[in-house]
Amino acid sequence: MRIDPGKCVACGNCTYVCPMGAIYIDPAIGRATVNRDECVECYSCFNGLSQEHLNPTLVRTIRKIFHLMRVRFDPEPDVCPTAAFAPEELTWPRVVRRAFSDPRVPHESTGVEGRGTEEVKTNDVSDRVNVGEVGFTVELGRPGVGVWFREIQEMAWELARAGVVFEKRNPVTSLMSDPRTGTIREDILNEKVLSAIIEIKVPVERTEEIVRLVHAVEKRLDTVVSLGVATRCDADGEERTVAPILERLGYKLERAKTNTGLGRITNTANAAHPGEVAAR
Amino acid sequence: MTNTLHRYGDADSFRDDYVVFAMCCRGRNDEGAVPKLRRFLEMALPFNPVNLGDARHGGALRASKSMNPASHWKRDVRPDFRAVIDGLNTLTTAAAVFDNRVAAEDFLKTVKAADLGLSVNISTSIDGAEQCCHEANACRHSVGYSLGFEGRTEHLPSEDVLKLSTMCGHGMVSASFAKKMVDWVKEGRRTPVEAATYMTRFCSCGVFNPSRAKRILEEARTRQK
Repeated sequence: MRIDPGKCVACGNCTYVCPMGAIYIDPAIGRATVNRDECVECYSCFNGLSQEHLNPTLVRTIRKIFHLMRVRFDPEPDVCPTAAFAPEELTWPRVVRRAFSDPRVPHESTGVEGRGTEEVKTNDVSDRVNVGEVGFTVELGRPGVGVWFREIQEMAWELARAGVVFEKRNPVTSLMSDPRTGTIREDILNEKVLSAIIEIKVPVERTEEIVRLVHAVEKRLDTVVSLGVATRCDADGEERTVAPILERLGYKLERAKTNTGLGRITNTANAAHPGEVAAR
Repeated sequence: MTNTLHRYGDADSFRDDYVVFAMCCRGRNDEGAVPKLRRFLEMALPFNPVNLGDARHGGALRASKSMNPASHWKRDVRPDFRAVIDGLNTLTTAAAVFDNRVAAEDFLKTVKAADLGLSVNISTSIDGAEQCCHEANACRHSVGYSLGFEGRTEHLPSEDVLKLSTMCGHGMVSASFAKKMVDWVKEGRRTPVEAATYMTRFCSCGVFNPSRAKRILEEARTRQK
């Protein structure tokens, strides 16, 4: 993302709305500027700010007069008054930033928007996580901190060393040059994204081991991790297996995403099973 | 959608936060799913949702690309549910957000009776979702627990800000902007409803809960820290 210096009036509204704090008013030019290293191409500024199309010279003049009079004016905080944002044509590898950070862009590998994975949201028809299994979503960078692919790789390496398999239909897995070792292709390691999910599943007996492993690795990373743990319910709709393990580990379970079991296979001819896991 | 899973707060803070969403699985139940997703959203209307969303096109409050100066004084702040329903034209995730359990329960009952064949999930407190399923006589199939945030949590903002910004799990409501809205409400520059409306426009899939945001902002206004 770039900001057209010919249009920007340095109102500062965009400096607050950037999730990465990558926009600042450059005192040398008196215009809003994007720190390209930190920008994750999420398009929150471009999509979230409403746009006016005012004359930049007129707006700057009015702002200067107000400034001289020490008048605090009260513009709407979610508007770019001169529509100064100018999206760039992104090329590889920078385009990866947008794929993982702009939720309106579906991932090519899965066709799913957002972070690009169905997880157990469709488990009632996909059987992605079966009875006796636990699905983990290890989301790095969320909330609002961001993560570099080299950090994602560090987590993936450790998980691979533990002998887990990565979910095949997952955007991070699709960027691994070697899913057996968790190695991510080298040309994107210095790309930063808003967040990314490593997705695995293991037998329920390994739940504690994986939680402890993730906990140990995250201490070495300069970001935050949101951990999700998914499992099947019993035939009566109760879940008696994984919650006790997590509570024993000290987690206070507050929120969950519950698949209500209303889905069913309705396609006339089924394609390949979407929940396949990379062979290892 | 992990987008709604990792909202910050304890179970009680989700008493006015029920996200019910539908999606299909490619190759399994995606044939003819677009009209079903639209119908899912349509069925939510009688239960007074506080937001509706389509993950591809956005929620019921959206940014405008063609504002004019006069619109500052006469800005449309009403959610446009019809635009969300009519605009859903591709396979995506459709979400309805409610601020009370009874509405979510009644909506789930209606969805179950319609037998759309889509996967339907509820994201809220664990007890809240259990009660909704119980009332709707829906047998829970799977559950995904949030274990919260770990790692370098010193990078995270204050609790009030985190409660607001994590209501867009995609991260489109920045912590800085949420903090600014808390400050503006404290200063009396905007009402909690206005501040919640600004934030809602940034959520690109329509799952931000403006009703819960209003409550959080009201509580933050009088908090000392």
